[in-house]
Amino acid sequence: MNDILLIRGGRVLDPAAGLDAVLDVLVADGVVAAIGPALDAAGARVLDAGGCIVAPGFVDLHAHLREPGFEQKGTIATETEAALRGGFTTVCAMPNTRPAPDCGPVLESILDLLRRHARVRVFPIGCVTRERAGKELAELAELAAGGVVAFSDDGSPVSDPRLMRNALALAGTLGLPLSEHCDTPEMHTNGAMNEGAVSERLGLPGQPAAAEATAVARNIELAAATGARLHIAHVTTARAVELVAEAKARGLPVTCEVTPSHLFLTEAAVAGNGQEPAYDTNAKINPPLRTEADRRALLRGLEAGVIDAIATDHAPHAVEDKLVEFEDAAFGISCFESAAGTVFTLAARGELRIERAIAALTSGPAACFGLAERSPGVGRLEPGVSRDVVVIDPAAEWVVDPTGWVSKGKNTPLGGHRLTGAVRAVIIDGTLRWEREGASV
Amino acid sequence: MLDTPARETGTGSGTTWTRKDLLDTDTLSREEIDLVLQTARGMKEVRSRPVAKVSTLRGVTVATLFYEQSTRTRASFEVAAKSLGADVVNLTASGSSVEKGESLIDTVRTLEAIGTDVIVMRHFRSGAPYLAARHTGASIINGGDGTHAHPTQALLDLFTMVSHLGSVEGRRVVIVGDILHSRVARSNAWTLLRLGADVTLCGPATLLPRWFVPEVPGGGRCTVTTDFDRAIEGADVVMALRMQKERQQRGLIPSLREYIAGYQVNARRLERAAPGALLMHPGPMNEGVELSPDVAHGAQSRIEEQVANGVAVRMALLYLIAARSRA
Repeated sequence: MNDILLIRGGRVLDPAAGLDAVLDVLVADGVVAAIGPALDAAGARVLDAGGCIVAPGFVDLHAHLREPGFEQKGTIATETEAALRGGFTTVCAMPNTRPAPDCGPVLESILDLLRRHARVRVFPIGCVTRERAGKELAELAELAAGGVVAFSDDGSPVSDPRLMRNALALAGTLGLPLSEHCDTPEMHTNGAMNEGAVSERLGLPGQPAAAEATAVARNIELAAATGARLHIAHVTTARAVELVAEAKARGLPVTCEVTPSHLFLTEAAVAGNGQEPAYDTNAKINPPLRTEADRRALLRGLEAGVIDAIATDHAPHAVEDKLVEFEDAAFGISCFESAAGTVFTLAARGELRIERAIAALTSGPAACFGLAERSPGVGRLEPGVSRDVVVIDPAAEWVVDPTGWVSKGKNTPLGGHRLTGAVRAVIIDGTLRWEREGASV
Repeated sequence: MLDTPARETGTGSGTTWTRKDLLDTDTLSREEIDLVLQTARGMKEVRSRPVAKVSTLRGVTVATLFYEQSTRTRASFEVAAKSLGADVVNLTASGSSVEKGESLIDTVRTLEAIGTDVIVMRHFRSGAPYLAARHTGASIINGGDGTHAHPTQALLDLFTMVSHLGSVEGRRVVIVGDILHSRVARSNAWTLLRLGADVTLCGPATLLPRWFVPEVPGGGRCTVTTDFDRAIEGADVVMALRMQKERQQRGLIPSLREYIAGYQVNARRLERAAPGALLMHPGPMNEGVELSPDVAHGAQSRIEEQVANGVAVRMALLYLIAARSRA
């Protein structure tokens, strides 16, 4: 049902094209057919986007779909439906599934599941090492041929510096980026949150900021030595942002992402707002929520373009994974259905320019993993080429209630938070695929 | 035995206990702390009777749920509960369904379902009693959680100090040892600061907090230092903490020898404290490490008294919490 759809009178933001103007967008024949003032299309369904932002479909470089292997936490169907409602039309799936995509046949079986169940465009990320164990390299060339867009061992940093150097050298010859969770686990003992005033207050083992910065610095040096493209997953500390800025100034092909959670929350969320400490396991995420000074540095880095992308690190968990003692709880926040809300709330508060937010959700991430080469028009609104559009109401006020989410993961520290800005409509492959309840067309 | 010890002593202040749980001392008001101390005085009198037992908590069931080893805390609570006439059920992680993987929440709910009124809980995870308290109607008393809090130890320490000093206001208390991993130090800091004492937390840099200094508005002042010889000068109370030998293996201290040289409480150092300063230790002691044997058993040592006071203070807490839950 490739109906003709006219999105009328929205603020059309296409950072890649430098476009920011109130215009109409005509969607027909599966693509963005035209962008212009006062477009006329006889018989078109009209979506009045007055007061709304019309942008390319969001691109997420870092999500956990849990299938195969952890279907109690989420399935490709449930989590990509959550992505859709969050405005994410393109998602890169991290390889921490069971089995993990560390060779061609496993990747092929995962691609088959994605073809059958995914509700949005999904690109797989392949493992760096066999079973993500950090001991032997995965079959990188076979994974590249199979269509992975990047390599990563996800939450398991490649600790061995020689193995990392070799992985980068091989990824470099394959032309693919390596996305690395930068931590130095040897520097702490199962740190469950940021090391700082709150961890010391609560008696919890912490991850020092230096454990991230040390790994970022090492990996930048190895990228420089090999010429490979390095993507730093979810930077969380002020120092990591400085190191990436320095690498970019050297002209190295280094990119990085930040999560909405780290932009919006600090370590204080673990203790909560009550008189007594909450030990909120829903605020347990790896790398951990940091200090307010770090949060501000992340916002500055994003504004300055040092940080290329906002990536969700969507990590759904089953209730029982979080309803345990803090140190025993799983890391991760279910993020798809709150990501846009938190980002636009930051914009509404004046902490982040909306143009920059849109770029970091669209063209920025698409460029990090070269996604437009695989799916033309991704992250842009290019007439005749781009296929995905998202309409955002930046003034919509809503209260986060995870019980109503389609994601199986209800694990969010934002339950009850009032947010400003919501995804109103999502178009994939030229078709209106989701519309927010109460939004009038 | 209808007279409850609390009625015998009375509080005068009019403060009543309303808390379901005792998880830490950080949120206790000065009035609540005074109420605990006053009630404990009455309990100490009960303990001094020829038949050191009343029936105030007859029909109340107290469970001790220990996920970590303990001698004095568990025994102290059991004696306290029995002295008040309560029934006591003792559970340890080994030998219970915990070994079969039963979750903490299911365990405390099971205890509640069999009619337990108060669960005294020790757990190796910081924050575990908070999780338990949110998921059961039974009262939770924290008997020590991970490296976080040990409120009943702090209250019995305070009781011991007050019984000698009259009041801790304006007094200086030095706590020396592995502050960073000590639930005793943290809970003591809250009660002492609340009552106007100045607290010095002292130890090697690797065993001290770097960012966190306890603060109580309108209370005493807390300082953190590595210099024990200076910190002990003129102190009214010196409290040594247990130094775990594994700290050396984990690279936190070079050797016990070096620790002893810098931080052991011995006769030479204790002389620099205020005359008659109280020497305390939450136990179990490593004699010859954090304390030299002569001072551990010397005239200034209040260590055995702490243990004895522990029963009275725990009786007071059990009484206040159980009486509240039956009101």
